[in-house]
Amino acid sequence: MIANFHAVKAIYRFEMSRTFRTLFQSIVSPVLSTSLYFIVFGSAIGSRMTQVDGVPYGAYIVPGLIMMSVLQQSISNASFGIYFPKFSGTIYEMLSAPVSYGEIVLGYVGAAATKSLSLGLITLITAFFFVPLQILHPLWMLLFLVLTAWTFSLFGFIIGVWADGFEKLQIIPLLIITPLTFLGGSFYSIHMLPPFWRDISLFNPVVYLISGFRWAFYGASDVSIGVSLGMTLAFLAACTATVAWIFKTGYRLKN
Amino acid sequence: MSAIISISNLSKTYKPTKKGGAGFQALKNVSLDISKGEILALLGPNGAGKTTLISIVCGIVNPSEGTVTADGHDIVKDYRAARSLIGLVPQELTTDAFETVWNTVSFSRGLFGYPPKPAHIEKVLKDLSLWDKKDNKIMTLSGGMKRRVMIAKALSHEPQILFLDEPTAGVDVALRRDMWNVVRRLRDSGVTIILTTHYIEEAQEMADRIGVINKGELVLVEQKAVLMKKLGKKQLSLELAEPLKKLPKELKGLDLSDSGLILTYTFDANAERTGIATLLKQLGDLGIAYKDLHTSQSSLEDIFVSLVKAA
Repeated sequence: MIANFHAVKAIYRFEMSRTFRTLFQSIVSPVLSTSLYFIVFGSAIGSRMTQVDGVPYGAYIVPGLIMMSVLQQSISNASFGIYFPKFSGTIYEMLSAPVSYGEIVLGYVGAAATKSLSLGLITLITAFFFVPLQILHPLWMLLFLVLTAWTFSLFGFIIGVWADGFEKLQIIPLLIITPLTFLGGSFYSIHMLPPFWRDISLFNPVVYLISGFRWAFYGASDVSIGVSLGMTLAFLAACTATVAWIFKTGYRLKN
Repeated sequence: MSAIISISNLSKTYKPTKKGGAGFQALKNVSLDISKGEILALLGPNGAGKTTLISIVCGIVNPSEGTVTADGHDIVKDYRAARSLIGLVPQELTTDAFETVWNTVSFSRGLFGYPPKPAHIEKVLKDLSLWDKKDNKIMTLSGGMKRRVMIAKALSHEPQILFLDEPTAGVDVALRRDMWNVVRRLRDSGVTIILTTHYIEEAQEMADRIGVINKGELVLVEQKAVLMKKLGKKQLSLELAEPLKKLPKELKGLDLSDSGLILTYTFDANAERTGIATLLKQLGDLGIAYKDLHTSQSSLEDIFVSLVKAA
């Protein structure tokens, strides 16, 4: 329940204003990197590749690229958002304010998710300029996008609370999330892999996100849409439970 | 007067830094009632537990044992009601460096659950001489100005109770006077103020009541007036020309020190007859000559040092 609506609004606006202060790099850098992927994989290499699941390769990688940018942006925004007040000490105000933990999460994670969602949509719009796109199930696409943005912003929030140094803030995204997204079928269908590696891939949660998201575009998927949605919701539940535990115990926030 | 803050049997033991080690006990069974509208000064050396006490009341640190209520609201069970009454100015200058003064103070008001009220923010900023800096980023301000911003944040939601954790540490004399004026104005408007300080002069100047914390224990809480009366003792020291082997029986009650060279007489400075004239006449009668004499008054500082040493 939200009793302190003003606080949620204050945190959300504060976080968003941080985004707007750095609007240029916030938008330009993901657009630039997506464009580079399209030039390299879509045009240069993609033109020599056959279609995947009946979709031209350049278009096939679009859902994966969007997911990748949403994952990374969600984690980096949310983790920095909560880590920085911890680091600078301004967290004292949050802890002494009449706000519930749910409201704190709603403010921080909501803002991070909003930002990564917007960037995902900007990436999508950029893609329209490079490759022929179709979106068979736009509502499902949005659902997956929102779920992923929210879930991974929660995940980023957890990292931000856990981190006690700037290097730790980077380590999980760098060592775990980046490999998982690259190996999660952003650039290929896991059916292209030898059976052994395909089975291994099924342990990668990102596979389910990308597969479901791609299904919303082209109607073809690596795993069934129900399983994709189930796994995404399971990850959301796990992150929510962890955040609840953090606040219950005051882990790394409160002595 | 009724207590606006009621602390009972509060203890805090921090978790051990090493596994299996003993945790640090920062507060030991502290009980304290703070009356509505008073200024309470908490004195104590570094690490005495002042900040821990404040942090618990404000919700930044969890208590190990004991309870605190603010205007009848339990700070744990009923934290929303309790915290919305309280403003905190922490010791450390922690600010959002990239934000403007206006935004950061407005943010605080929202965080405490109040709708925007630009007129109030304007008043707070003007009272603290921050108005012409309202659009400046905080990182461009001096240390003293940042301290004012911290106070403005704490006042943004019109708190009934204000905690000032060493508000004048590292602040120049002019700003210190300014802050005292702000604190007095707040008190006049009915705000209860709890401040911690190292400067005994500050407590003496500002407080209605004084508490001394040492090693996690509240060793003394006393009305300042009562305390000052207790301290209203003066001493007259006489430097003798010739050392006295022993105190003559006529001078019973005086102290002889420094190998019989210093004679000390303690008296109540507020009394009608201090007894000094009688004493000096007596000395003349006894033929005791003195080279010099001076009087001294024990200050809050003396009692503070002796309390802290004794513990």
